[in-house]
Amino acid sequence: MGLFSFFKKEKKKNTASLAKERLQILIAHEHSDTSTAAPDYLPKLQEELIGVIRKYVKVDDNAVNVKLEKGDNFDVLELNITLPENN
Amino acid sequence: MSKVIVVTSGKGGVGKTTSSAAFAAGLASKGHKTAVIDFDVGLRNLDLIMGVERRVVYDFVNVINGESTLKQALIKDKRVENLYILPASQTRDKDALNKEGVESVINELKADDFDYIVCDSPAGIEKGAFMALYFADEAIVVTNPEVSSVRDSDRILGILQSRSKVAEEGGTVKEHLLITRYSPERVEGGDMLSKEDIQEILSIPLLGVIPESGSVLQASNSGNPVIMDKESQAGQAYMDVVSRFLGEDIPLRFVEPEEKKGFFKKLFG
Repeated sequence: MGLFSFFKKEKKKNTASLAKERLQILIAHEHSDTSTAAPDYLPKLQEELIGVIRKYVKVDDNAVNVKLEKGDNFDVLELNITLPENN
Repeated sequence: MSKVIVVTSGKGGVGKTTSSAAFAAGLASKGHKTAVIDFDVGLRNLDLIMGVERRVVYDFVNVINGESTLKQALIKDKRVENLYILPASQTRDKDALNKEGVESVINELKADDFDYIVCDSPAGIEKGAFMALYFADEAIVVTNPEVSSVRDSDRILGILQSRSKVAEEGGTVKEHLLITRYSPERVEGGDMLSKEDIQEILSIPLLGVIPESGSVLQASNSGNPVIMDKESQAGQAYMDVVSRFLGEDIPLRFVEPEEKKGFFKKLFG
């Protein structure tokens, strides 16, 4: 048992380097999140869009997808509306 | 020209108050007129760490509300010349702080020829922490070599550079990294983030490294800023931090593992 655990321990990665790796990925992710932070009006916009579309087509609550992507010189507002199949 | 420095971290329990007390006492001991303000309204502790808890009559919120003058609320330290403490209120909550009130207190301190105004921030990113950093020219970000502390430091750096007054006016707050509770032995053993790792992740200049040390607890037990314990490694490391902050070029100390005495050395050395 003692011998086995000795070899096991040798194989284990240092926890510090694991911590560093996890932090680097996480922080890179969090930074990209804040740079493309969605404006406050997106949920409301989504809700109202669904309301308008429902006047004409029967769609689900999650049929409308609103996304904002930031480019260098411009932002793109992407609307993705999934219509029901047999309409 | 007075400078406002916030000591902040996001995460709690990493050593903000210990560092604020040590840093302010160090600046004052080097002849600079220094005020240290506790922004942790409702959970004040700077008074206790500084050993002036029995001398608190008026506090920061009293001054903001016009219930006392700033002079009445400032506690003059009896050990270090040039050092003044402004305690937080214990009975109010953080909403008692507002931009106008905080600004007027800071401006009054500036007009009173204070060289340095050290703002001891509460943990978190809510009102108290925001008020503590809003008027800062420089920031000392206290970080432990531990994942959650590093992440929170990164978050608070983002807030500093987007929501502080300097940032709103298009400038940048000067950032300093202060690593506390550092254990060179554990870093060498591969189980603690090294100072290089932390610096690489946060990418801000390193102001100092304070080793994990029993003297910090002893200092807080007795109500003396740890920087006054000139024998202790933590005290000396804090003094180096102050000197570096004031522009001296001083190498890091206590960041390498102490030489282990081998069996034979123990026996014959």
